[in-house]
Amino acid sequence: MTGDYAITARGLTRRFGALTAVDHVDLAIARATIYGFLGPNGSGKSTTIRMLCGLLTPSEGEAEVLGHRIPGEAEAIKRKIGYMTQRFSLYEDLTVRENLEFMADIYGLARKSVRRRIDQLLEKYNLADRERQWAGTLSGGQKQRLALAAVTVHEPELLFLDEPTSAVDPQSRRDFWETLFELCEKGTTILVSTHYMDEAERCHGLAILDRGRVAADGAPQELERRIDATVVEMETGDSRTARRLLTDLPGVLGVTQLGMRLRVLLDRSVSDPLAAIRAGLADRGLRFDARLTHPSLEDVFVAATQGRYLKAKA
Amino acid sequence: MKGLLRLFAVLRKEVRQLRRDRLTFGMIVGIPLLQITLFGFAINTDVRNLSAGVADQANTQLSRILAADAEASQVVGMTRRAETAEQLETLLRRGEISVGIFIPADFGQRLAARDRPAAQLMIDGSDPLILAAARQLAGMTLRYDTAPRPAAEAPLFEIRNYYNPERRSAVYIVPGLMGVILTMTMVLFTAVAIVRERERGNLELLINTPVRNLELMVGKIIPYVIIGLIQVSLILLLGVLLFHVPIQGRMIDIYLAALAFIAANLTIGLVISTLAQTQFQAMQTTFFFFLPSILISGFMFPFDGMPRAAQYIAELLPLTHFVRLIRGIMLRGAELSELLPEIWALMAFMLVTLSIAVRRFKKRLD
Repeated sequence: MTGDYAITARGLTRRFGALTAVDHVDLAIARATIYGFLGPNGSGKSTTIRMLCGLLTPSEGEAEVLGHRIPGEAEAIKRKIGYMTQRFSLYEDLTVRENLEFMADIYGLARKSVRRRIDQLLEKYNLADRERQWAGTLSGGQKQRLALAAVTVHEPELLFLDEPTSAVDPQSRRDFWETLFELCEKGTTILVSTHYMDEAERCHGLAILDRGRVAADGAPQELERRIDATVVEMETGDSRTARRLLTDLPGVLGVTQLGMRLRVLLDRSVSDPLAAIRAGLADRGLRFDARLTHPSLEDVFVAATQGRYLKAKA
Repeated sequence: MKGLLRLFAVLRKEVRQLRRDRLTFGMIVGIPLLQITLFGFAINTDVRNLSAGVADQANTQLSRILAADAEASQVVGMTRRAETAEQLETLLRRGEISVGIFIPADFGQRLAARDRPAAQLMIDGSDPLILAAARQLAGMTLRYDTAPRPAAEAPLFEIRNYYNPERRSAVYIVPGLMGVILTMTMVLFTAVAIVRERERGNLELLINTPVRNLELMVGKIIPYVIIGLIQVSLILLLGVLLFHVPIQGRMIDIYLAALAFIAANLTIGLVISTLAQTQFQAMQTTFFFFLPSILISGFMFPFDGMPRAAQYIAELLPLTHFVRLIRGIMLRGAELSELLPEIWALMAFMLVTLSIAVRRFKKRLD
């Protein structure tokens, strides 16, 4: 089992006083894949990651990370993993190169290979012209690239990235994900937490976390196929009123507003969704245009967090 | 009206935050409590029971009355006996006594002749309060000797002021001040240095690397050891150049003593860093440690003048031991080998605090 999986977890639980931040989470993350944790703030993403790197002791349950048991062998995994914290945690008053040198020494890289490795990283992460600049004066995107360079200096087998793109512009995000795929192709397993749907969609595997539980997991496309609900997209002049009316209709699981458009998620038991919507809005004289559409990951997210509107795994 | 409302909004917010900052709240009560107790009970400029040694070469009934009278005055308390004046000097140099009473073999004749002092009072003058207290003995008369002495006659004691014959305050203040300065800077530097990493989030990254607690702590301490030694050199230089403070002992001994003291202060700084969450809290806690250090270490007021309880607490503070060490070496010319108990005390303090720090500093977040 360990051979194919970088991470397995059974019943991983963490309580803080009366609050259960992570509630019996099971995981099986294949090697050399990018696995995503999708969920809102407070859904247990960071807590799960921290347990998997040995920073927090689980209240219950166990995990195996790169063949080492958690809890118990937390120290042993530290040299095989890289952990990029949510907040920039390198030294702002050291230069880019000095920060990388520090990390290389902490991870015990051989002295003579350090220079070459750092040059290589500066090149790869497009920081070569910044090497003498203080890390604190870098832009958000540059800081993020430096942070990734720093946690990959020892070429870890497994990378934990805790909301790595939360303070970064869209172009930097795209570049960042390109780099993640490169690392993945070379055999690195990556566990990344996010609350962006577009990022979650890029992952090989995905767990949707909701209030400490895994609400659904699988490949993004598979999750979209498994959605046990109908999706209707509609355009209307008065989307606010339409939304209020639709939310109260029986069988409607969720309504998401996207500018002028609304995406309505309905229970399968509604046999003719378009007719039901028409009937619901008819007496208000709202003009609208509705059609059935394919579910997106956001629909999956709404369906998964609303209840059991996903079919069981094939 | 609106202005008043906003003022109250700020006021209420401030009170709420203050109530939640338990450390600051503790300081509000703790600092006056500590100050009042220390100043009120421990600080006593009317020094009594100075530790004294007597060398009684006469060994007559009269000479024993002299020693007993001196003790009865409560100025001194006899703790040591010696045979010769040289032995008394050694005890003084080691800091084991503050006052030596030397009674020569011809004490009886001297007393009868009344043309020269009958006995000698050897005083450790490196602390002016001790000197002032011990001088009270000079006016003493023997109990049997009720007849008033004519003014022209020689006094009972000849006073010998050791180590600071000119009674210059800089001589006695500068060595101790070195300890005070080191306490302030060393404890604060380390405490803040680690807390800063926690505040800035660096620590979350560090604890995820293979770095060990001890490696992290010792690596953080060593630069400050060097800073401490630079400070020592600077204080010595200024003391000698500006205030002509004598350096009777060996330089190597001064630096070795300083090294042990710096190490002890840095480890207490580490302990504070494991208690404080913010740099501000680290500073407050440092102050809390600093205050008793200057008040009861013997730097400001003589150790002998303090009540027993304060003395016990003072023995736990590194500054107490360093003040004894540095005054012994610099002013009294003592060798480090004569002051070993103080060095052991500093080492023990360092080992205990370092192990507390390493134990308290967890490589986990829970």
